[in-house]
Amino acid sequence: MIGRIIVHTLVSGGVFAILAIGFSLIFGVARVLNLAHTAFFTLAAFGTFYLLSSVVGLELAVAPAIIIVVIIVGLLGMLAYKLVINPVREHHAAVLLITIALAMIAEQVLVWRFGGQHRTIRFLVPGTVDIFGMTIANQNLLTLGVVAVAIVAVWLILSKTKLGIAIRAVANDTEIAGLMGISASRVLMITMGIATALAAIAGVVMAPLTTIAPGMWAPPLMTVMVVVIIGGLGSIKGSIIGAFILGLVSAVSVIDPLALLRGGGAYLNMTFILAAMVIVLIVRPSGLFGTLFEEEKL
Amino acid sequence: MLRRLLKNFRYGVIPVPGRVIAVVFFLFLYLFPVISGHPLYMRMFIFTSIFAIFAVSWDLLSGYTGLVNFGHALFFGVAAYTTGLLYKFLGWQPSVTIPLAVLAAVAAGVLTCFPALKLRGPYLSLLTLAFPLMLLGLVMFFREYTGAEYGIPGLPSIAGSQTGEYYICLIAMTASVLIMWKLTDAGSRYVRTGLIFHAIREDEIAARATGINTIRYKLLAFAVGGFFAGLAGALYAHTHGIVSISSLNLTMSFQAVIWVIFGGIVSIYGGVVGVYILYPLVFLSRRVEALFSAMQKALPNVAATVPLAKILEFLHELAGRPYLVLAVIVILILLFMPEGIAVWIRNKIERECPRCKLTNAAWRRECRACGASLH
Repeated sequence: MIGRIIVHTLVSGGVFAILAIGFSLIFGVARVLNLAHTAFFTLAAFGTFYLLSSVVGLELAVAPAIIIVVIIVGLLGMLAYKLVINPVREHHAAVLLITIALAMIAEQVLVWRFGGQHRTIRFLVPGTVDIFGMTIANQNLLTLGVVAVAIVAVWLILSKTKLGIAIRAVANDTEIAGLMGISASRVLMITMGIATALAAIAGVVMAPLTTIAPGMWAPPLMTVMVVVIIGGLGSIKGSIIGAFILGLVSAVSVIDPLALLRGGGAYLNMTFILAAMVIVLIVRPSGLFGTLFEEEKL
Repeated sequence: MLRRLLKNFRYGVIPVPGRVIAVVFFLFLYLFPVISGHPLYMRMFIFTSIFAIFAVSWDLLSGYTGLVNFGHALFFGVAAYTTGLLYKFLGWQPSVTIPLAVLAAVAAGVLTCFPALKLRGPYLSLLTLAFPLMLLGLVMFFREYTGAEYGIPGLPSIAGSQTGEYYICLIAMTASVLIMWKLTDAGSRYVRTGLIFHAIREDEIAARATGINTIRYKLLAFAVGGFFAGLAGALYAHTHGIVSISSLNLTMSFQAVIWVIFGGIVSIYGGVVGVYILYPLVFLSRRVEALFSAMQKALPNVAATVPLAKILEFLHELAGRPYLVLAVIVILILLFMPEGIAVWIRNKIERECPRCKLTNAAWRRECRACGASLH
């Protein structure tokens, strides 16, 4: 039992972590609250389904399919940023509306193309392994491995490369970064590409573990928002820690809801998680590790 | 009295195209049951009236004060469930439950305001986004009372006939919009709230420095916004006959925002225009879909009509996805017409006199009152 909780915590926490890192990254750098973030996750899940299903007649191998999906979704994210988000970046209400509209478009187009029903994808890697007497599907290990690699890669990009320094400079002060010869708009677009590529990776590795449907973007969006607010909007460390806290909560409630809440527990779960978010927002709006900008304080 | 009214009409309405359009529009709405009375369109206009109240209440709360509320469905849903539960368990009639439901929505507005006072910008939007969803979780949990996804069916109508319902909702809409318009009129000599709401949005610290108790006015905005959104929610519950979870979900919150931004934010009339254009679009999409389908079938099956048939098929598919169309419209409006369609049109057909600040038709050479050149 405890073993299953640990596995579930690690897998769902890891997936939430890379989703939340992307969400937090684009907020921290561009101050864009991207409500379409999990729509890119959904697009990637459907892209995987499309490329791996025999219907298309392609039947690609797993590795190239994953890479193609991640690159295409990342490019889509950059395109969406360039065309519709960047022009309204200064008005946060407009950004929220435009990104939710993008998510609606993605959902409607997927319904149009694939129909609204739930689907399943076969595991990307077959087989199971035994660790400490537990049988774990290789898919879970793959998901964990990919998540770990993605997190390390993002950390390396942000801390070691020239691009990462530029991204952090723009996040700190766009104008000064501009004076230092950094093209802010290009850096923001690349950041958006990284963020959506992370969402795509999450979609690809999560798709086989769950059922996919065009409407699957809404529930994880709530979770991701709660994760980044608890961890602190704009903080990557906070996002990872918040994601594993939420992963633990969801693992406990999925596997054995407290006896009191058995039955309607899943619904109250959302209420409790959102209540936690509201309390964090009121008591400590910057979350555990986040930073508030001066003009956002009251 | 009548003569003064006529004089006002002749010199205050006729020369200003925007006012003429408004008068014609309301005349059309009031005479619609006499002209047509088709039950489907009557039903559509009942709902558009109700949603116009809902949208304009969002404009008053969020557009004017800049407190962007992304959980406006909370007030709508609180009122709908209050009236539904009171009817289901106590058997009270709408004449009693609707006022109580509106009060409950005002209470919800005031309660939302307290945590909202501490936050601004995207943080405030996220906070308000969470409230209706939290309530939705509770509604789903207490399913023996609320019926969860089945809702509370069988609510009594507010009037005996559809025409009665139509006029009640229309009069409620007219009165609400008038009250909110007067309340937010920044140029008014009698009510200062409009001016103060603008001040809070533009620079809250400066407003506070001039001695305005901004907290009190924010509370007022939330209470008034809750009042009218609650009125819309209660009316919707009784005209729709069922309270369902759709009154609390994200779509309901975002619809209000979409309508107002489409029509024109910070203008009151923008919300009305937005609802009266976009709601029929979604409501009638099935009929439009059927229409395209029929046109497609009526085409003769020859090579020359193939591209036309393709276009019709595409339009037919598109009409079946009203939310896709809606989302594209929202993006286009935000990018190319950020002030909203009603304000954009108004700026095209009206011009303010630079000397006496009187509104003129855009095609006039000189001001109708003081004769100053308008170019």
